[in-house]
Amino acid sequence: MAEANAKRGSTAARPLSPHLQVYSLEVNMVMSILHRITGAALYVGTVLVAWVLVAAASGPDAFAYVTGLLGTWPGLFVLFGYTWALLHHLVGGVRHFLWDTGRGYDIASIDLLSWATLGVSVGLTLLIWGYVLLSAGGVDL
Amino acid sequence: MSMRTPLKEVRRLGSAKEGADHFWLQRLTGASNLILVVFLIGLTVSLVGADHATVKATIAHPLVALLLILFLVSAAIHMRIGMQVIIEDYVHGEGAKIVLLMLNTFFAIAVAAAGGLSVLKLSFGG
Ligand code: HEM
Repeated sequence: MAEANAKRGSTAARPLSPHLQVYSLEVNMVMSILHRITGAALYVGTVLVAWVLVAAASGPDAFAYVTGLLGTWPGLFVLFGYTWALLHHLVGGVRHFLWDTGRGYDIASIDLLSWATLGVSVGLTLLIWGYVLLSAGGVDL
Repeated sequence: MSMRTPLKEVRRLGSAKEGADHFWLQRLTGASNLILVVFLIGLTVSLVGADHATVKATIAHPLVALLLILFLVSAAIHMRIGMQVIIEDYVHGEGAKIVLLMLNTFFAIAVAAAGGLSVLKLSFGG
């Protein structure tokens, strides 16, 4: 780097962080990688949706088998995670749309939007699951 | 919608050979996913605990079937190009990259086709 800069004759004082010794993890970095992680998780989630549809189309027995699996604790955990990943990526996507208009790039907005993304996605997930678990239908456990 | 510069229009030689089209398609399918995911969650919540006959009858409704198929298509396109970016970012061997990109495309199409065919069967099948 330094050599390349010297060759180009640049003497500009370049930012030295992020750097190993002054590295600080910021909420926006976490949200950035979470958008990618949830995107990848949703890739598998779409398979889940297709799987349930295939089972439903295959008949009552196949459908009962799959919903039975999804009704176990590990199954519910996967569905809960899928719900959150969907909502987190969805809210994060809206944030990307806002950025695409050129707005919200100052540090204060980025921090606020990062926390808001997390808050809204967790809040909505709990709301939906609260509704499902407490509503008349409920989940057979 | 074209976001290409005139020079790029001629060359078409960006790193992904697609450039701005890719960015735009990710946004377009992101927007459609936004609506369709809300629908999917609503549908799923409304069907919690339902028996097979109810689920079949619900999915057989033309509007529900249509939205489910749109979800599968929109999600498949979006996740395919999204995963393409992830592969291009992390896989640097040219051979492995091409194989993974091919599998990614096959997989996205297979998932959408399996789901879509099932919706059609639930709609039309006896
Ligand atoms: C089934 C639903 C979805 C799946 C499977 C999915 C999957 C993905 C994947 C794999 C990526 C690539 C991540 C990366 O490059 O870091 C991605 C990116 C993206 N998604 Fe989604 N997504 C879904 C829903 C949505 C929704 C509802 C929105 C919008 C509200 C959205 C907006 C975006 C945007 C804007 C990007 C690009 C981010 C960037 O440029 O860094 N996605 N998605």
